[in-house]
Amino acid sequence: MGSWQIIQQSLPLFEKGFVLTLWLSFVGIIGSIIVGLICSLLKYFQVPVLGRLAAIYVEISRNTPLLVQLFFLYYAFPVFGFKLNAEMCGIVGLIFLGGSYMSEGFNGGFDGVSKTQVETGKAIGLSRLQLARYVVFPQGFTLSVPALAANIIFLIKETSIFTVIAIPELTNTALDLIGMYYRSNEYLFMLVIGYAIILIPLSIILTILEKRVRYGTFGN
Amino acid sequence: MAHSGINVLFEGRNLIRLFGGLWTTIEIAAVALILGLILGVILGVLRTFQNRLLRVILRLYLEFFRIIPTVVLLFLFYYILPKQMGLNLLANEVATLVFALWTAAEMSDIVRGALISVPQHQRESGMAIGLSRWQLYRYVLIPQAVSLELPATINLVTRVIKTTSLLMLISVMDVINVGQQVVEANNQKYPTGVFWVYGIIFVMYFAIDYPLSWWAKRMDKKRLERANG
Repeated sequence: MGSWQIIQQSLPLFEKGFVLTLWLSFVGIIGSIIVGLICSLLKYFQVPVLGRLAAIYVEISRNTPLLVQLFFLYYAFPVFGFKLNAEMCGIVGLIFLGGSYMSEGFNGGFDGVSKTQVETGKAIGLSRLQLARYVVFPQGFTLSVPALAANIIFLIKETSIFTVIAIPELTNTALDLIGMYYRSNEYLFMLVIGYAIILIPLSIILTILEKRVRYGTFGN
Repeated sequence: MAHSGINVLFEGRNLIRLFGGLWTTIEIAAVALILGLILGVILGVLRTFQNRLLRVILRLYLEFFRIIPTVVLLFLFYYILPKQMGLNLLANEVATLVFALWTAAEMSDIVRGALISVPQHQRESGMAIGLSRWQLYRYVLIPQAVSLELPATINLVTRVIKTTSLLMLISVMDVINVGQQVVEANNQKYPTGVFWVYGIIFVMYFAIDYPLSWWAKRMDKKRLERANG
């Protein structure tokens, strides 16, 4: 069989994998942003106990690999009667990992707001809440946009690791097909194309965002 | 339960085997990092040169390695090197090569970013006192860039170490692969052993990466304080 036929025949399967990759990424990213935001707010307002717990979570999550986190969720937790199906494991794992990355992104933005701004706010008598609402957050969120966008790309790429717990996303689809038909060139080609379709536009958007934020901050 | 799960670690040579696997992981990460960081610095410097063609090629190299997930890169090299190029490498060598090239790509961007953020007057002053290009980089730009890029470089190192967890996918006998074997071999006797085996692997990765990322964070904070007063 020619390469073109191989590719055509595998198209429906890749389409399914593609959609699943997009869907899992989407849910994972939304979840990560929510978890990350909560952690950052707990840190920013120095909430007792919870802020501390959030900091510990962030360090554990961002200093261990997703693959090990997934193995834990998928293989180790069921031993204690806590069982999730593969896709749920993937989503929970991705949010567990992504939450800390997003939180670091938000923190970076908040920290990036210049001290003069904060002190000026204090000087005109703003309360801590007002300071956050009118000075730090609006500027901080803008500054954190490039980091968040980079995290989004990172998390989409990380979904390729879901293949280890047999979620039929893009990578898993390709590896399965290679295992069955030994046509590695064609399937790897499809795999690369699949990720390129998702990630090239995003990476272009990221570059533009970075330039815009830079322009907004430094004017060049 | 007749046996507590944690004893799986002390059964036979299990613990020694796990550390052996960790050593393989560290070895691959270390060689890849040394090669990748050196290559990355060279490519990063080249990317600040005027030559347009060179810059486009290096940019494409960076984007390719940045856009394709590392899992996919591993399989690309794993399947395509022997088949299309007749190059039969061991899985360990393939992994080292992929990680080195990936590290180089990311490092080139860090180095380039640091070099172009050295203030323009430094470069111009250097040229004004008649430094050659080599001298300019050697004495003016690179020393200043190093302090700017160090936290990002350390973060890259922690990322590479975390990414070594993917080695098991191309059947390198890394710590996770060994862990899986230990779990499978002892599953009958220690049903909860899986928790402890993956638990210790989790702790191993954390113990390596946490100090590094803490160091990077501290340096970043100090720089921010210096810049912001």
